[in-house]
Amino acid sequence: MEEKQSEVKLFGTWASGYCTRVVLALKAKGIPYRYIEEDLKNKSELFLRYNPVHKKVPLLLHNGRPVSESLIILEYIDEYWNHSPKILPDDPYKRAKVRFWADFYDRKLKEGTVAIMTSRGKEKEKAIEGFLELLKVFEEGIAKDFPEKLTFSNSQPLDFLDIIVGSSACNYEAYNEAVAVVVDPKRNPLFFQWMTALKECPLMKESLPPHDKLVAKMKSFQSRSV
Amino acid sequence: MADVKVLGAWPSGFVYRVIWALKHKGVNYEYIEEEDLLNNKSKLLLQSNPVHKKVPVLIHDGKPVAESTVILEYIEETWPHCPLLSEDPFERAMARFWIKFGEDKALAFFTFYRADGEDIEKAAKECKELLRIIEQHGLAEKKFFGGDKIGMADLALGWIACWLEVFEEVVGVKLIEAGSFPRLHQWIQNFKAARIIKENTPDPKKLFSHFKLRREALIASKEA
Repeated sequence: MEEKQSEVKLFGTWASGYCTRVVLALKAKGIPYRYIEEDLKNKSELFLRYNPVHKKVPLLLHNGRPVSESLIILEYIDEYWNHSPKILPDDPYKRAKVRFWADFYDRKLKEGTVAIMTSRGKEKEKAIEGFLELLKVFEEGIAKDFPEKLTFSNSQPLDFLDIIVGSSACNYEAYNEAVAVVVDPKRNPLFFQWMTALKECPLMKESLPPHDKLVAKMKSFQSRSV
Repeated sequence: MADVKVLGAWPSGFVYRVIWALKHKGVNYEYIEEEDLLNNKSKLLLQSNPVHKKVPVLIHDGKPVAESTVILEYIEETWPHCPLLSEDPFERAMARFWIKFGEDKALAFFTFYRADGEDIEKAAKECKELLRIIEQHGLAEKKFFGGDKIGMADLALGWIACWLEVFEEVVGVKLIEAGSFPRLHQWIQNFKAARIIKENTPDPKKLFSHFKLRREALIASKEA
């Protein structure tokens, strides 16, 4: 197998689940890279030059060419370094299902967690209720389309959905502590099972941000968004 | 012989993305119109897209695929001839970036569409800023987003070419003028002139009546 000579840089921030996604994908594939922690209050010139449209992390710079948006970066990584382990399935219909649920997770669930953090009182209760309804839909959908997730064992390689969902949802203990209890084994047993198994995966363990640091960060974000 | 069905609604720009992609690849399909999307969704739609209950849905050999951008990728992978994406992973990432940009920013154009009175100016300003970004960074010096030929990003952003002018007419405010957006304006002419697009776009007069009526209803319900 020809080795692809590459220079890979990843601009990210330690607390961002979107950045963890890219770290997980690069590590899963064994791709060497240089990580650069970007200060979002004082963005570097290099970062802005390669990322003029959104100016957001993560940004992957591969041989001087920039790729942004975490889902797009993941597909790029899987296509360029198309050796195993593959992050997306080969079958087009399975790929469509994976993309469908990734889109649902990002647009509905992840946005939902931010809505909870930035609301107060009755509005927050409503946001939590709305989020839990969507989580139920997601859980049922995954159970139907990807039943193997319910018996996830950490000897399996991480795939697209594991990376996308796990990179933030595996931090549920921090979120439960800092914001609100939204991942609960009684309400969402299947989702909880998947996340607790995923959390034990060595790659996930070494890539997720430290619990206490993340709790502090979430609390601070919450209080700033009053 | 593959069985391909498309569940759609004739005024929807999202539905036409799928029609254009199938036509581009010469894939035969049966089109099924959702007669009353707002008030009486069909059993087939509810079964095929229980999560979002929206069109378009592609049903291939009985298997449903929902979300137009997901459908576009599915079509590209299932019928790889007449490709809509480059083989180069970086070019593919660029196309996906602009497709996602269009999706993320579509709300601004919907806000413009339903704006009324003094809200229109603010909404129009925001849309123009987004169009400027699309023109400068997305299209740049290329003829199409896909390069020399129409690609997936062109189809996904095709609503700018065919639907935006209807919104402009309904609202009574122009967003894209040849003088202010020369390259985007040229792209619109080139896109609309392509045979697949020319032969597969709803009647502009019908679109105008439909969106005018709908806008009036939206504005009335806002004031209620």
